[in-house]
Amino acid sequence: MANQQLSSKHLLGIKDLSTEDIRLIFHTATNFKEVINRPIKKVPSLRDITIANLFFEDSTRTRVSFELAEKRLSADTVNFSASSSSVKKGETLLDTVNNILSMKVDMVVMRHPAPGACQFLAQHIEANIINAGDGTHEHPTQALLDAYSMQEQLGDLEGKNVAIFGDILHSRVALSNIFCLQKLGAKVRVCGPPTLMPKFIHKLGVGVSYNVRETLQWCDVANVLRIQLERQNIKYFPTLREYSQYFGINRQLLDSLDKKIVIMHPGPINRGVEITSDVADSEHSIILQQVENGVAVRMAVLFLLAAKG
Amino acid sequence: MEMEKQRIIIGPERFSLTIDRLCHQLVEEFDDFTNTCIIGIQPRGVALSERIYRHLIDQLNIPHIDYGKLDITFYRDDFRRPGASMHASVTEIDFLVEKKNVILVDDVLYTGRTVQAALTALNHYGRPDKVELLTLVDRRFNRELPIRSTFTGIKVDAVDQAYVKVEWANTHGEDRVVLFSDKKAAQ
Repeated sequence: MANQQLSSKHLLGIKDLSTEDIRLIFHTATNFKEVINRPIKKVPSLRDITIANLFFEDSTRTRVSFELAEKRLSADTVNFSASSSSVKKGETLLDTVNNILSMKVDMVVMRHPAPGACQFLAQHIEANIINAGDGTHEHPTQALLDAYSMQEQLGDLEGKNVAIFGDILHSRVALSNIFCLQKLGAKVRVCGPPTLMPKFIHKLGVGVSYNVRETLQWCDVANVLRIQLERQNIKYFPTLREYSQYFGINRQLLDSLDKKIVIMHPGPINRGVEITSDVADSEHSIILQQVENGVAVRMAVLFLLAAKG
Repeated sequence: MEMEKQRIIIGPERFSLTIDRLCHQLVEEFDDFTNTCIIGIQPRGVALSERIYRHLIDQLNIPHIDYGKLDITFYRDDFRRPGASMHASVTEIDFLVEKKNVILVDDVLYTGRTVQAALTALNHYGRPDKVELLTLVDRRFNRELPIRSTFTGIKVDAVDQAYVKVEWANTHGEDRVVLFSDKKAAQ
């Protein structure tokens, strides 16, 4: 136990992690959760580490969460966003990153619209890389904090039923969640309109359903995803109103179940579309706990990867 | 002559005498422990602090002592260096150490780096009036920092590569302190 370490020096996706890796991250996150609830919320672990946050795509929550995690570990940070940089002048990804790395940066946290962008970087540079979302591929830290929050509510996830609702097709959160939950022994079902369901999703070993009520009745946790309007240049469903009528989760639906389930959402919420306000703000919802856990889980990931050197 | 692989430096009887003596020293110094707390350093110091704490309450009839556990994994100075332990344990300090006397407890005082990390960590819980250190074993010739133990079970003079291990009745079958020729022999 004493010298346990992660098996990889990068966090590119949940797919590459072992179950032991995930459990080590959770164990460490619990200790960091205690740290961030102290009057002085800071430890000096990463005081000699510099981290670059490269966001080639918009983000509020993930970015703030990573920045806070880095600051609470005493790391030095530099922020970079594509909208205000020479990417606009046509610089390639590798050039941009190499330029930043020659300023002696130890770790890179990157969000990029292209799936596999982090994988590509990992083949070319020495620094530890953390994927903060690459296109429609993976969003590993979100999946880790989701599973951590579920575990906090339900205990061990072995044999638990988790349903993921909404836009599965465009969602990196869905894919990372599926990998993570399966590695922890949970049963996963996806539910949404057929047009937003990837063609071969059942090959991942998940159940597929098009019936919201039935799936809610089946699950212990409902992770409701955002309809990614920005990724949809064709119409996948006629109107938002129709979507919310058939696939939205509302209070009436929840009250009609004969059990209490946990409601999650990775944010940002389209209130009144995939989930109504009275559900998002209800006692079922752990949306704000997810955000708090996000900082602790990201601290654990940064700490454990930095320890790998 | 080949060095022996292991030698018991404190056996079970002496062990309980030593614990008793350390507790009496604490009572002599801190009386009824008002304004004084005991904090064990995770993971190995906690076994000792637990024993000291119970002994003070059960045998010496101290009514109440603030007692906590401190993990120093995130404060270590050997981060990113080979051999560093990265497995954190629980920190449980549900009181403020501001203006209190703190008795830090660890099993073996060796280089002093663990204690240095513990002092840094302790600062995050307030500014104590005074910090004392209690250790079962003081390897006095191996210090890398100017740190000393106030209350000491036994002083051990051993070569650098030697390894001192404190074993506990509830985990190892017997309370004792063993000196091994090197760390490998202790596995």
